[in-house]
Amino acid sequence: MNDLPLLSLLIFAPWAVALALALLPKLSTGAARGLAFAGSLTTTVLGLLALGRFDPAAGMQFVEQHAWIQSLRISYHLGLDGMSLLMVLLTGIIGPISLLASWRETRDVRLFGALFLVLQGAALGVFLALDFFPWFICWELSLVPAYFLIRLWGGSGATAAAYQFVIYTIGGSVFMLAGFAALYASAGTLDFTELALMRANGTLTAAIGPGLATIIFVGVLLGLAVKVPLFPFHTWLPATYAEAPTGASMFLTGIMSKMGVYGFLRILWPIFPDELQAWETPLLWLALTGVVLGAFAALVQRDLKRIIAYSSINHLSYCLLALFAIASAPGVKPEAATAALSGTLLQMFNHGLSAAALFACIGIMETRNKGRRGLGDFGGLRTIMPVFAGLCGVAMFSSLGLPGLNGFVGEFLIFRGVFGFAPVVTAIATLGLLATALFLLTMWQRVFHGPIGGTITTFAALTGSEKLTLIPLVALMFLFGILPQLLVSLINPLVSSWTGLLP
Amino acid sequence: MNALPYAIYLSFAGAALCLLAGRRSAAAARGIALISAVAAWACTLYAGSQFVPSSEMQVLIDLPWIRELGIRYHLAADGISMTLVVLTGLAATAGILFSWNIEERAGEFFALFLALIGGVYGVFLSADAFLFFVFYEIAIVPKYFLIAKWGSANREYGAMKLVLYSFAGSALVLAGLVWVYAAGGATNFSLPELAAAASTLGWTEQLATFGLLFFGFATLAGIFPLHTWAPTGHVAAPTGASMLLAGVVMKLGAYGCLRVAMPLLPEAFVAWQPIIAGLAIIGIIYAGLVALVQEDFKFVIAYSSVSHMGFVILGLAVANERALSGAVLQMFSHGVIAGLLFAVVGRMVYERTHTRQLAALKAMPLFRLMPFAATTFVIAALASMGMPGFSGFPAELSILIGTWGTSPWWTFAAAVGVLIAAAFTLRVMQLAFFGQTKTNGTEPNYVPLTWPEKTGAILLLTTTLLIGLRPDILLNWIEPALQSPLMSALIKGMSS
Repeated sequence: MNDLPLLSLLIFAPWAVALALALLPKLSTGAARGLAFAGSLTTTVLGLLALGRFDPAAGMQFVEQHAWIQSLRISYHLGLDGMSLLMVLLTGIIGPISLLASWRETRDVRLFGALFLVLQGAALGVFLALDFFPWFICWELSLVPAYFLIRLWGGSGATAAAYQFVIYTIGGSVFMLAGFAALYASAGTLDFTELALMRANGTLTAAIGPGLATIIFVGVLLGLAVKVPLFPFHTWLPATYAEAPTGASMFLTGIMSKMGVYGFLRILWPIFPDELQAWETPLLWLALTGVVLGAFAALVQRDLKRIIAYSSINHLSYCLLALFAIASAPGVKPEAATAALSGTLLQMFNHGLSAAALFACIGIMETRNKGRRGLGDFGGLRTIMPVFAGLCGVAMFSSLGLPGLNGFVGEFLIFRGVFGFAPVVTAIATLGLLATALFLLTMWQRVFHGPIGGTITTFAALTGSEKLTLIPLVALMFLFGILPQLLVSLINPLVSSWTGLLP
Repeated sequence: MNALPYAIYLSFAGAALCLLAGRRSAAAARGIALISAVAAWACTLYAGSQFVPSSEMQVLIDLPWIRELGIRYHLAADGISMTLVVLTGLAATAGILFSWNIEERAGEFFALFLALIGGVYGVFLSADAFLFFVFYEIAIVPKYFLIAKWGSANREYGAMKLVLYSFAGSALVLAGLVWVYAAGGATNFSLPELAAAASTLGWTEQLATFGLLFFGFATLAGIFPLHTWAPTGHVAAPTGASMLLAGVVMKLGAYGCLRVAMPLLPEAFVAWQPIIAGLAIIGIIYAGLVALVQEDFKFVIAYSSVSHMGFVILGLAVANERALSGAVLQMFSHGVIAGLLFAVVGRMVYERTHTRQLAALKAMPLFRLMPFAATTFVIAALASMGMPGFSGFPAELSILIGTWGTSPWWTFAAAVGVLIAAAFTLRVMQLAFFGQTKTNGTEPNYVPLTWPEKTGAILLLTTTLLIGLRPDILLNWIEPALQSPLMSALIKGMSS
């Protein structure tokens, strides 16, 4: 059993089901839905299997490496460490639940399912690949289904949003590609682990030469910064999230936005620590701008989906804030560095849960209100849909970072860690927390309290699939809020090994 | 390996037979054309399976031809020629499949088509510069008739412009060859002999002859600013001919640069390098921007070919091992992808909708009405955008890697080119197929796609995916060929 290529299975199982969905003729809508769901669930099952055999202290595990393109020294190289595992588990949660949230989609269910599964497999590939070639295949491949999910099932502005989304992301990617071409030209390999080793023993720096390393760093940085997104590369995000169909919005914010942060930790941190340190100050301020601006922009939005979209920018900027802050001098304050890095990983996981849950909630409200989702289009929902109000409330408070729910631990650790390195920045960043609290409470009040809005007296109760969408997410919010050590224990050894990487 | 010359003979024999059979029936001509194209392709594939890559040109046949001038009928192949003859076989087969609907004077059409193919095979297999030039001319003439007789709007203009540019280019090449031969005192037209002769020329003469040879060939490769024949010619041509023009004929020019111009005058090439690379980058970006604003579907694809060929020329200009293998890989890849794109635009879509205006196509829910064509185009567009997993990606990656050693700025300029390619490809895909995604029941019922269309599309799609995932199949052929004495002298001259 130990020879089972678990990681390949994780990536290829959703793709295989996607292919089946695309090719099987005459599949009924119900069967297509079920098959797509089963395909998505493979990640949950295989992810749990990996969790069961995972040894937190052992570094890269389940490694698969086979020669692929010999003349470019490219190999099919997969591996899983604590960070990958966390992301795989998150994908196993968000994937099936996002499909459930789009359960009522009736147009082209087969195609929807197939595209969704291609996206899911590609995201897993990004979290598991250790060579640039397979990694970049998955990184770019993920754009294709995302584009079509937005374009074909999205709202009225979907055409422009989908185009903007893809062009921005590719705009970042081509510079990353140029950066990696340069790395290969200098180092003769595209393998992340080999490059990190070369960096650690000094051969990489010598091979590139100092001035050029900065150019390469900026290229790779651009690719990742657009994806996360780091201010000012965020402008594609609100329209994209707002126009996407509910299930796709959930997966985009839950999983795809993590691909960027993941890239920062997997690529920039180990391969470009010196450049990261040199650029630490401007990057830190950009991340801080994202934190504050994201929250305040959410405060003035009227479209519920845009509010959550901007709040995603805010939440993910915390992750980058932590990374850039520690980059200044990690060795000096190892405790703070460990806290901030653990916080980053937890924040990635927890933001996935809470943002996906919020998008699911908005989707539920939108379907009952003829597609309207403005802040003023609702009111008094608490009396009509008390269960829904409760579940949505938990998701909002989790997003707010209320202690006892999952969002708290990550943000707390980030603030604690960043404070050790950049107290002023930390102080300013609390403005973001304040604005987040304000817009979430406003949303809570306008949507759930007050007089019942004009057309909405006939709101239907939650359907079975809607309950199945929200209840597991909310349960997990409590679980990881009360027992964060479940997650922390998976990443602790990894985090301490990272703090040793920077100069 | 000895099967390779038969690819040339089969094509010419097929051409003659088509002419005869075409008098009786179009179907017979079609059948003969397909059989001879497949047979010729099979020869190249069989030869490929027997091929042992090495740095030497492997002689296929070598007979004296015009003794007085030392001209020989000398065919030989290395990994670069192997790659390109396999491409030719594929493009020819697919081109015929997508010309299946030609009824009017089908015999002549397929005869010209196969004559063109025979000439192309001949160019890729010639080891004698004179023979090379003869085949090169054979490939040019049929293009004129294919476009002028079976082309679409503006066909006379397109055909004339294309042929004038082609002949002007080959006149430059001929002048350069004769100059090297005569002034250098060569006794025959073999490439090593000509290279030795060229090295005896004075520096100014070397610079001049290189300019003649390189830009003569590069005209056909679509180098900026000599590319203007390509869009009008591609657009005016009938689908099968567009596929060949973009797919293999533009490669003739690039192949001539790589096989003849550059190794003959490696030192002059070094001096010209910045200009060539600059023109290549301008071509990539300029043609990309022009493609971004076109209103005619076919013009977008035509300009995209110019932009993609810019990568080939950039790879040639950089001329280290990585960039050259990337350039050859890009020639193969673009041949497949451009063929596919022209097939969708010219045959699948235009023959049914009778319009190529994006504004008109935007109003039709083509994604619903012809899902196979839409899917084919989406995959071809992804491949054309340089999406990893398809053949364009390893080619562009190799070229980017290669440019870094020469100039980091070229790498980033080329990356901008990749971005522009993504932008115009996505734009045209969105407008043509996804402008309107809902049907309202009043749409015309288009003829379903026919088996030749599906077969051709699947052949090309499979190839671009196969080479995207396993580029080493071709790289293992190409890379040893770059170790030959002439090529390694070229690469060494470049790096010193």
